[in-house]
Amino acid sequence: MAAPEPETPGSASSRAKDHSPWNWLLFIPIVVPLVPVFFNADSPRLLGFPRFYWLQLSYILLGVATTTLVYQLTKKRAGR
Amino acid sequence: MWRDHLTEIIVFTVLFLLVSAMGFVAARWRAPKDMDHLDEWGLGGRSFGGWITWFLVGGDLYTAYTFVAVPALMFGAGAAGFFAVPYTIVVYPLVFLVLCRLWSVSHRHGFVTPADFVRSRFDSPVLALLIAITGIVATMPYIALQLVGIEAVLKTMGVTGDGAVARHLPIIIAFAILAAYTYQSGLRAPALIAFVKDSLIYIVILVAVLWLPQKLGGWGGIFDAAEAKFAASPNPNDGVLLNANNQLQYVTLAFGSALALFLYPHSITGVLASRNRGVIKRNMSALPAYSLVLGLIALLGFMAIAAGVKPLPGASAGTVDSNTVVPVLFDQQFPDWFAGVAYAAIGIGALVPAAIMSIAAANLFTRNIYKEYLRRDATPAQEASVSKITSLVVKVGAVACIVFLDPQFSIDLQLIGGVIILQTLPAVALGLYTRWFHRGALVAGWAAGMGLGMWMLYQIPNPATKRAHFGGSAFPLGEFGLDTTKTIYVGIVAVLVNLAVAALVTLALRAARVAAGTDGTTPDDYFADEGDPRVTPGPTRDADAAPEPVA
Repeated sequence: MAAPEPETPGSASSRAKDHSPWNWLLFIPIVVPLVPVFFNADSPRLLGFPRFYWLQLSYILLGVATTTLVYQLTKKRAGR
Repeated sequence: MWRDHLTEIIVFTVLFLLVSAMGFVAARWRAPKDMDHLDEWGLGGRSFGGWITWFLVGGDLYTAYTFVAVPALMFGAGAAGFFAVPYTIVVYPLVFLVLCRLWSVSHRHGFVTPADFVRSRFDSPVLALLIAITGIVATMPYIALQLVGIEAVLKTMGVTGDGAVARHLPIIIAFAILAAYTYQSGLRAPALIAFVKDSLIYIVILVAVLWLPQKLGGWGGIFDAAEAKFAASPNPNDGVLLNANNQLQYVTLAFGSALALFLYPHSITGVLASRNRGVIKRNMSALPAYSLVLGLIALLGFMAIAAGVKPLPGASAGTVDSNTVVPVLFDQQFPDWFAGVAYAAIGIGALVPAAIMSIAAANLFTRNIYKEYLRRDATPAQEASVSKITSLVVKVGAVACIVFLDPQFSIDLQLIGGVIILQTLPAVALGLYTRWFHRGALVAGWAAGMGLGMWMLYQIPNPATKRAHFGGSAFPLGEFGLDTTKTIYVGIVAVLVNLAVAALVTLALRAARVAAGTDGTTPDDYFADEGDPRVTPGPTRDADAAPEPVA
């Protein structure tokens, strides 16, 4: 409140919030679903689903897990 | 003919009317002190929490197009149609941080549209105008696409007539109702209706994936039926797996569509309406629940193959309307009353995005054309009323698109829109991170990307529909003189050229010392959160906000 330059400390801490190294984890669910070698095959089948379908659907979990993890990790950092 | 579907029609109509009533009541939901402000009408007061945002953005991104066109593509082409799944997985980590920055800077400066941001960041009304026009043009076919969803359902129920007007009368009535409650309630209407829409969708899809496979010989049988169909077809690029030629197209289409999704004005409208950064980040984790539903919906296309569905005839003789695949599947397999529920889910599924899209397009017109060029001293109340009227005009335009164009091309129209909107990436998305690009260079890059994109789309024939041009978004690399039969998504090539041109022209303009304008934003604007003390809700808002003390 009494700080003569309120901008400097505020921007420094909030910048740290967005520049966490954990953010690099977000690249995993961006890159992995875009590699056809992983999913473009029929076997093994799971519950009748060819790999093409069950693996791509399971990437949804990969995406959710990663964004949730990054959100939780960066939130804690900011709260410290 | 329609008498056979009477139960379906009654269930559909009752649910449709219920939702319409909700749309009108929505004006009182979380009612603002003063509705005559664009922040209230066009952004729901920027106050939506996690749940509302989840329903609103989910209802906004996963549209009637999703439920009708994606399974239709699976039905026709197989694996290539499944791009919608990686597309909607990749998008959330991709925009996780970008949208937070956009939200923060918009929150602090009172921006309503992406073009508002560009205007202030690059100090260029011309660039903002291009971004606004691009957004409006890309949104129009997308709204029209929603009508195609409703129309596929109506057609299956036998609600059709002869002649252009009679055939489209139910849609015209539906859109008139939609236009009326959007006019009155603004973004609150789709936000409230989205709860009903998404609940219906989740119920229908759960029943479909649990119940239909048992009737159709299990999932293994469904995939085998699809495999047999594609093996028998003469098209070399269909099948339950990708082949060597269309893998690059599949990946670039998924990635390019993901880049484009949050550049669409309606996605940004949904995001800016949220309350704080945490709401956005949590939603990036929660929204993929819709991607799972989308993946299952896509597989309805294969179920339709296993069930031996024959799509209804198209507008001209000898063609089929593949968009009717899913409605016909429901009609064959579900009891009448539940088919009616499923149809209502699709119909209402069209209303939510159509409302948000028309609001987004109207906001662009109001903020970046009307206020910028026609009436600089417009008050917030005038802005709100111009936006309301524009939302009506936009809907009339969308209806005209459907009445006068062949709806068979709905998915391609949307893909063209995707290519166009992708050209705003350097200014809007990269602009959130860097001001390195010169404003003149961004205009040049935009022009180059648009020109190339449209030329490439023009070159693509579609043998299935016997069209020589604008037949799809898969561009054969052989046309560039490369010795290959692989295809690539037009949007990716166009945006890469856009970036290259923007970078080169930036260097040239720097060397020539052309003025770059002043940045209206500061670095810490991009981290501001709810309760920020430095929020500037626009100079004009202070006047009418003054009497009420802030709680």
